[in-house]
Amino acid sequence: MTSGRPLTLFDKLWRSHDILGEDEDHILLWIDRHFVHEGSFHAFDKLKARQGSVSRPDLTFAIADHYVPTRERRKGAADPDVARMIDQLAENAAAHGLQMFGLDNPRQGIVHVVGPEQGLTLPGLSIVCGDSHTATHGAFGALAFGIGASDVSHVLATQTLWQRRPKPMRITVDGDLADGIGAKDVILSIIARIGANGAAGHAVEYDGSTIRSLSMAGRMTLCNMTIEAGARFGMVAPDETTFAYLAGRPFAPKGPLFERAVEDWRQLASEEGAAFDAAIALDAAEIAPIVTWGISPEDALPITESVPTPASATTEEQSRHLELALDYMDLRPGMPLESIPIDHVFIGSCTNARIEDLRSAASVLSGRRAKVPGLVSPGSQAVKRQAEEEGLDRIFAAAGLEWVDSGCSMCVSMNGDIVPPGVRCASTTNRNFRGRQGPGARTHLMSPAMVAAAAVAGHLADVRPMLAGRGGK
Amino acid sequence: MQPFTTLSAVVVPLPMANVDTDQIIPARFMRKSRSDGYGDYLLRDVRFDDHGRPRGGIALDDDAYAGARIMVAGRNFGGGSSREAAVYALVDFGLRCVIAPSFGDIFTNNAVKNGLLPARVDGAVAEQLIAATEARPGRSITVDLPTQTIDLDGLKLPFDVLPNHKTQLIEGRDDIDLTLRHRQEIADWVAFDRARRPWAPPNSQ
Repeated sequence: MTSGRPLTLFDKLWRSHDILGEDEDHILLWIDRHFVHEGSFHAFDKLKARQGSVSRPDLTFAIADHYVPTRERRKGAADPDVARMIDQLAENAAAHGLQMFGLDNPRQGIVHVVGPEQGLTLPGLSIVCGDSHTATHGAFGALAFGIGASDVSHVLATQTLWQRRPKPMRITVDGDLADGIGAKDVILSIIARIGANGAAGHAVEYDGSTIRSLSMAGRMTLCNMTIEAGARFGMVAPDETTFAYLAGRPFAPKGPLFERAVEDWRQLASEEGAAFDAAIALDAAEIAPIVTWGISPEDALPITESVPTPASATTEEQSRHLELALDYMDLRPGMPLESIPIDHVFIGSCTNARIEDLRSAASVLSGRRAKVPGLVSPGSQAVKRQAEEEGLDRIFAAAGLEWVDSGCSMCVSMNGDIVPPGVRCASTTNRNFRGRQGPGARTHLMSPAMVAAAAVAGHLADVRPMLAGRGGK
Repeated sequence: MQPFTTLSAVVVPLPMANVDTDQIIPARFMRKSRSDGYGDYLLRDVRFDDHGRPRGGIALDDDAYAGARIMVAGRNFGGGSSREAAVYALVDFGLRCVIAPSFGDIFTNNAVKNGLLPARVDGAVAEQLIAATEARPGRSITVDLPTQTIDLDGLKLPFDVLPNHKTQLIEGRDDIDLTLRHRQEIADWVAFDRARRPWAPPNSQ
C-alpha cells in the first residue's frame, strides 16, 4: 500500500481517518457512521444546551434497542418511564432529520445486529456508538469503538472525534474448533487468559486459520466481547466471507461501486512483518466449552473444571475478588461446574442473537424439553422473521422457552426483562457483572449451544455429548 | 468544565477490583435527567440492599469519610459499559479524583470530559493508600496534577495520566469549540475523501 514499514490493518484504518493532530495522543478522526439509541439522550441534551445541530444527519442512524419491549410490542412499553425513553429518541431523530429504526420498523433490532444486517457497516469505515459493544462492527475490518455521551455530542456536532491512538495487538487462533465449540468459547478463553483489562489501551486484530473459518456471525461475537478484555477496538481483516455477506445488503454500495469497494477492501489486511505492540496465540484444539462462574468475564473456565478455591489466589486483591464472587454467586469452592443448578436461561443480545446463534441453540433443543423457563430474543426483527421461516421458533416453544421480539432485553434489563434477585441464569450475553441482569441476579455466560444444554439438563452442562448424531456448532 | 489543578481532600477507599460501570450506576437509574443529580445512585446496589438499607462495611457510607472528594480503588475501575452516567454519579456525589492501578478505557475518556481526574498508580501504591486510609479514616491527601504527585503525609507518590488528558483537565477545555476552529481543514479533508472512497456514504450507487 505504501513504502516504508509494513502496516497493520489498524494502522491503515487509523491513517485513512486521521484529519489532523500533532501527536498520537490527540488525533482528530473522521466518523463515517454514527449510531444513536435511547441512552443517547444525554448527548442530545448537551447539543441542545449549546444550541447545536447535527452536522451530518445522513451519517447518523437512530435505533431503538436498549429499552424496547419484547412482548406485546403494539401496546408500547408498559412502564411510562421506559416508553418515554423510546419517544425521546424518536423526537430527537425527527428534530434532527435522522433515519429512525423504531418499534414499528421491520428493520428494528439491536444496533450491533442491524448495522451489519442493513449494510450500514462496511470494511474501511470508522463507526461509533454510545455503547461499548460497538467493536462488534470491527468484524468487517472497520474501525469501530464505543464512546460516552460527551463524545456522542461531539460527533453529533462535528462528525469527528479527538482520539488517542491505541496500540495494535494481535491475537492469533489456529486450528480446528471441535463440534459444539464456537466463537464465544474462543473469546471467553482469551479473556480468561489475559484478564478483564488485559487488552486495555490496545486495538485488537484477530487472525489465524480459526478466525478465517468463522462466519461473520462468529467474527462479530469475537469482536463484540473485545471490550470485556479491556480493549475498545476489535477487528478482523475483510475477506471473501465478508464480501459475500455484504453483497446486496440495503445500504451497501451497489453495482460497479461495490466492485471498486471490494478492490479497496482487499488492501486492508495487515502486511507481512507488520509490528504489533502485543501478541498472543491460542491453539483451537485446546479450547473447550467455556462458562463463567464469577462476577467478571475473566472468571471463565472449561465446563469440565471446578469452582476455584480462595487458596488458589496469588494476591490479596485476587483473594478479595474470589471471596466476593463466591459470595455473590452463592457457590462452594471446589464444586464441579457441571453441578451448578440453574433457574433460568436467556438467549439473546448483541453477542449471540444472530440467525447462526439461534440455529446453534435450536440444534440442541430440538426434540428436547427445557427443565427451566427462559427467554429467546432474536437480534433483530429480520432475524426473527428468518428464524420463523426456518421453524426455529417452534423448536424453542416446544422446548418450553418463550419466543419474543428483538431488543437488548435481559442482557441489560433496562426494558423490564429482569432476572429476579437470587435467580441463576445461563445466558448468551456478554457481562456477568453483579446486578447486570437485575439486582441480585446471578449470571453465567456461555455460548448459545451451552445455554441450550444447560436448559435441557437443568444445570450447567457440557453440550458435546448432547450433540452426538446432530449437526451444528 | 471545571478545571483541575490541585486538590486536598478526604480520601475514601473502595478496595475492590473490577468495579464496573454497571455497579457504579445500575442501569435502572439511567433514565433520570442529569439535572436531578446522580449522586444518590452511586454504587447503589453495592451500598444498599433490596430494601434500601445500607449493607454496611462500605467506607463511602461511613461518617468518618464524610466530605470525601478522592477515592482509591482496585484494578480495572470503570470497566465495561460506556455509560457516562457512571462518571455523573461519582461527580454528583462530590468526587473529583479516582486513584486506581488501571481504568476502563472509555471510562477514562468520560471522566476527563467531566473534570474527574483518573489517576493511575502502581498496584503497590494503591494498596499503600488503601491501608493508610483505613488506618486513619477521614485523613486528607493532596493530589497535584501539574507535578503528577500524591502527597501522603509528606510522602510523594507519583501517578500517571495521559498528557492530553492532563492539559484538558488543567485548562477545563471544551472539545467542540476546539474542533469547530478547524472547520475549514475538516471540509477540505471531506472533499479529498469523497474522491478517494466514493463507496463510503450509505447506499452509494
